[in-house]
Amino acid sequence: MSLSTLTKPWEAMSYGFLDGSAKRELRRKMLKSVAVPGCQMPYASREVPMARGWGTGGLQVSLTLVNPQTRVKVIDQGADDSVNAASIRRFIARVAGTHTTMDTLEADLIQSRHRIPEEILREDQVLVLQVPNPEPLRPVQPNMSIARQMHADADYGRMWLQLYEQIVRSGRVMQGASYPSLVNGRHVMTPSPIPRWDVPKLHMAKHLTILSAGREKRIFAVPPFTRVEPLVFSDVPYKVEGHGHLTCTRSGTTGFFMNEIPQDDGSSAFEVSDSEWGVKTIRAHDGEGESRGETWYKDGEMPQ
Amino acid sequence: MTLTLDAPRIVETRPLLEVHGVSKSYGTVQAVRNVSAHAYPGEVLGIVGESGSGKSTLLRMMNLEEIPETGSYTLDLPDVSGNLFELDRFARRMLCATKIGIVYQNPHLGLLMKHSSSGNVAERLLVAGERSFATLRQAATEALEASEFPLDRLDAPPIELSGGMQQRVQLAKAIALEPALLLLDEPTTGLDVSVQALVLDTLKRLQQDRQITMVIVSHDLGVIRTLADRVMVMRRGEVVETGLADQIFQDPQHPYTQQLVHAKL
Repeated sequence: MSLSTLTKPWEAMSYGFLDGSAKRELRRKMLKSVAVPGCQMPYASREVPMARGWGTGGLQVSLTLVNPQTRVKVIDQGADDSVNAASIRRFIARVAGTHTTMDTLEADLIQSRHRIPEEILREDQVLVLQVPNPEPLRPVQPNMSIARQMHADADYGRMWLQLYEQIVRSGRVMQGASYPSLVNGRHVMTPSPIPRWDVPKLHMAKHLTILSAGREKRIFAVPPFTRVEPLVFSDVPYKVEGHGHLTCTRSGTTGFFMNEIPQDDGSSAFEVSDSEWGVKTIRAHDGEGESRGETWYKDGEMPQ
Repeated sequence: MTLTLDAPRIVETRPLLEVHGVSKSYGTVQAVRNVSAHAYPGEVLGIVGESGSGKSTLLRMMNLEEIPETGSYTLDLPDVSGNLFELDRFARRMLCATKIGIVYQNPHLGLLMKHSSSGNVAERLLVAGERSFATLRQAATEALEASEFPLDRLDAPPIELSGGMQQRVQLAKAIALEPALLLLDEPTTGLDVSVQALVLDTLKRLQQDRQITMVIVSHDLGVIRTLADRVMVMRRGEVVETGLADQIFQDPQHPYTQQLVHAKL
């Protein structure tokens, strides 16, 4: 027996791009973050062939979780076909040999930036969210050492100060995205820049959500069936964007989160933000069969 | 008309605040050496002394911002017991938020300069667990009104306000939760004389209305004379003389106090 029979043949890169030790570290940190829901775990964020801030955190988690049987879906602001989403999807497929899909119901792993799909995710699905700024306390406590201490003490009073100021200044809560939410009654997290519309979807969800910030080197998670409660005043209820009555100009679907498209005459047209939901609706109208699953929002309302 | 007098009674109130034998040094500098102090409910204790005499360190210890090497600190309040220096960080924060109010000389220490003034006051209530917007708004307005802050500037950030106004915001924040103990660290230093008089006026009125126990630290004898019932004179980390305010000002015993009083008058 010679040494060459024991070693693997040379490869340009290891499976899934990241080396074994990197993946092991990420897996351990993911387990830790699942064990303490909403708590930010530091991890050694590796270099990937993408600039920081473009989803390197989410990509590392995806690369660690995939295997050749995984079907991967990548969304950017709700769309499967934007450049960033397409590039990440192609990259994962190339380095890990995974299947790719745009259908939310078919996907095993969904990496997303800024949106949670409109169709309800199942127990066997994993949602990976890219997070630009994982620290919810940053606007009220610029010193990160003190912020960590505040997390340890569950000293979150100042988060409401932010909301107080918004109501005083504008008459309502202006926080549009990254709405601070209390996870499992203990840690406040920023649920990445998903709109307020999407935050209730995380509450007691069946799927696992992993949130990862590559530049800030922090990972945190919302395990299945975990409480996620947006921070509110007792006398000012939580309100999602008023998109419930809007109709998509392309697919004709109503009651979902919309993108506003300004028109020449100063008015606005709306297009459903979850592009795959729009595509499925058009297909159903064209008589190609019903492929739409159950949605979180029904008639523009989130059932309690 | 016959005048009936009650038989003299022994005062049985215990001091609200008791600091016993505290010492603190920074490196080789002994800031406070074996100092004891106490204040009775509703009393104003003045601490005078030159710069570096350890008076501010003593006040910071009373606010549990600094923990001395030796000594004990007790507050005679319901559900507060034991040596407060031994509390953990969590209990300490809760106690400071609900029972103790502090006004610093430098408003930057006590306020979030870029948040609104009413928000600064509301923060105190938020830390204590209040979560109703209407209650917060009302409590903040009331506290600011009590400290004679102009209500049309309610939501202006302190950074846009004058020094006197900033001190009023600090004061409103300190009294928002009706603390048992109010600590004042050179509250009027750096203000011009007329504004200083107004702030002192507010403090005096607050003290009369609410009977808060106050500890006021100043190098300015005028301020101490206006407010304090009892005075403690500190020098080089030690208490050199203590007594009723009038006693100290009319009949100073220690040579340093004599110097101090004569320099002033």
